[in-house]
Amino acid sequence: MAEPLLAIRDLKTYFVSKHAEVRAVDGIDIDVQKGQIVCIVGESGCGKSMTSLSIMRLVPKPRGKIVNGEILFNGKDLLKLSDRQMSDMRGSEISMIFQEPMTALNPVLTIGTQISEILVRHRGMNKRQALDKAVEMLKFVGVPRANEIIHEFPHQLSGGLRQRVMIAMAMICEPKLLIADEPTTALDVTIQAQVLELMKKMRDETGTAIIMITHDLGVVADMADHVVVMYAGQVVESVAADTVFEQPKHPYTRALMDSIPSLEEDKDVLYSIPGTVPSAANFPKGCRFAERCPLAQPSCFDKAPELREVAPGHLVRCDLVS
Amino acid sequence: MSQYVLEVKDLKKYFPIRSGVFKRTVGHVRAVDGVSFDVKPGETLGIVGESGCGKSTTGRMIMRLTTPTDGKILIDGKDITHAKGAALRESRRHAQMVFQDPYASLNPKMSVGESIAEPLIVNKVLSRDDAFERAAQLLDTVGLRRTDITRFPHEFSGGQRQRIGIARALALNPKLIVADEAVSALDVSIQSQILNLLMDLKHEFNLAYLFISHNLAVVRHISDRVGVMYLGHMVENGPKSSLYADPLHPYTQALLSAAPEPRRVKRRERIILQGDVPSPANPPTGCPFHTRCPRVMDVCRSQMPKPVMVHPEHWVACHLHG
Repeated sequence: MAEPLLAIRDLKTYFVSKHAEVRAVDGIDIDVQKGQIVCIVGESGCGKSMTSLSIMRLVPKPRGKIVNGEILFNGKDLLKLSDRQMSDMRGSEISMIFQEPMTALNPVLTIGTQISEILVRHRGMNKRQALDKAVEMLKFVGVPRANEIIHEFPHQLSGGLRQRVMIAMAMICEPKLLIADEPTTALDVTIQAQVLELMKKMRDETGTAIIMITHDLGVVADMADHVVVMYAGQVVESVAADTVFEQPKHPYTRALMDSIPSLEEDKDVLYSIPGTVPSAANFPKGCRFAERCPLAQPSCFDKAPELREVAPGHLVRCDLVS
Repeated sequence: MSQYVLEVKDLKKYFPIRSGVFKRTVGHVRAVDGVSFDVKPGETLGIVGESGCGKSTTGRMIMRLTTPTDGKILIDGKDITHAKGAALRESRRHAQMVFQDPYASLNPKMSVGESIAEPLIVNKVLSRDDAFERAAQLLDTVGLRRTDITRFPHEFSGGQRQRIGIARALALNPKLIVADEAVSALDVSIQSQILNLLMDLKHEFNLAYLFISHNLAVVRHISDRVGVMYLGHMVENGPKSSLYADPLHPYTQALLSAAPEPRRVKRRERIILQGDVPSPANPPTGCPFHTRCPRVMDVCRSQMPKPVMVHPEHWVACHLHG
């Protein structure tokens, strides 16, 4: 396979305080190819959002710290860049969209100003050119009345429109990688369908790779080429999207699939995973899922399983899977 | 005893829009605009719809947390639309509510026991000591420990807090529980635990639910019947098997096709609606959905469609039918 666009190697992001060390991301490896859509799935607190913030080097300071690993973007380690070089990267080569566009957009600047300042900063355009390009981009992402909307403020737009504006901002420099953290979670289903469709269209036309963080397996089925399932700061399964739905191997992935009600078939009782996620300040020494796993053996509690390849391109962190 | 635990007839809620120095009413937001349905004992009616369709306002009016502008609400055959004081308290013995955010709906300064016992003491059903004994029993019923009675809400996880909210709603042995997005804030593995609990309780106590949610798969799982709301109107209502297999209203069809589903058996063509929901302050004439409907006809722009029974107990308000 060709050299990946992004290669995360043994990344560890910890939150350190006097009393505890919270291992939010604890040694993950993820590859993203050019033009690929990779979905990272997992429940609250599994480290998926912290992974995306680590790539952008936006881990909350001073507590949060990337303590180990490499993030190779086009072969260059992002963690070795100076703050200035990283700042050149953000918005230009790698950009990010967030769950709640209202908190990510500046409430006191017009939409036009916010989009055009990216072009002024990264592409050295003057304001006039940048505004023209902003209007063009807004039209491309399907914002109606683009000429008027550049003079409006975020609060004047609906949730779906705000998310389109965020996408326009993120894509305006044609980045090679777009990180989308729960981009449609706050949106209604009909609007979600519009936004997902738009993201696929952007990928097809510009070849931008997308890392999509989500807890919604439906969205994964809709978007992903490749799926990474995270649990308690680790990758537990990593595989092509088709396989994950047909032959999920890790007991956690299988439990997740069985926990969700279906639109098309009747289930009498939903499977529910007993217990709760272990605290990131105090992980057990064996498998982190063992305590909740229906298949757990005594050995699972002693020895932490490694992520292994069980079939070509199919990685699973479970010693029981053959 | 009435044939229905809940009857809602032509219910309306208009919120005034006030402006100017004298706060004159300049218009109305028609949050709910003539909704009728009923719920039999032991039945679950799911209400689905997107933000702003009026589903939550409907639930709040049934609990009389807001006063209806027009229409009628009968709980167990008694008209409570304008009930006050003792009569209103009496109605709340029959109908209780479970909210989306259990943390916001539990008093942080009251122990779990006090929160659950309070309705019993306020309604003079039991003495203080007996009320606490009952609270302990209820904790047991919802899968928590009896000893949790002295603990405080912050000591519990989100799923456990939702169990406390359910225990409190059960305290007065209601016949109806209004659950507004009761599982929406929870992770999928916790969500399935709460859904299973709600279904067990339903069988154990012959409860009826009005289950309000934006999640179509969850609603399908828990409901016997489903009502679809759009812009303050109920546009379709039918038994779940009939409604999910043969959705009649173009809005229901679009909603079902837009909802992402991990394992789609039947390949449905995805209908992507254009634009946003119109403002309920200035609703369109005729059918409320005509501005986004892919199958709009001339008559839709001027005339409001009447409900037509198409299948047994399955009606739709659309000019394409009838």
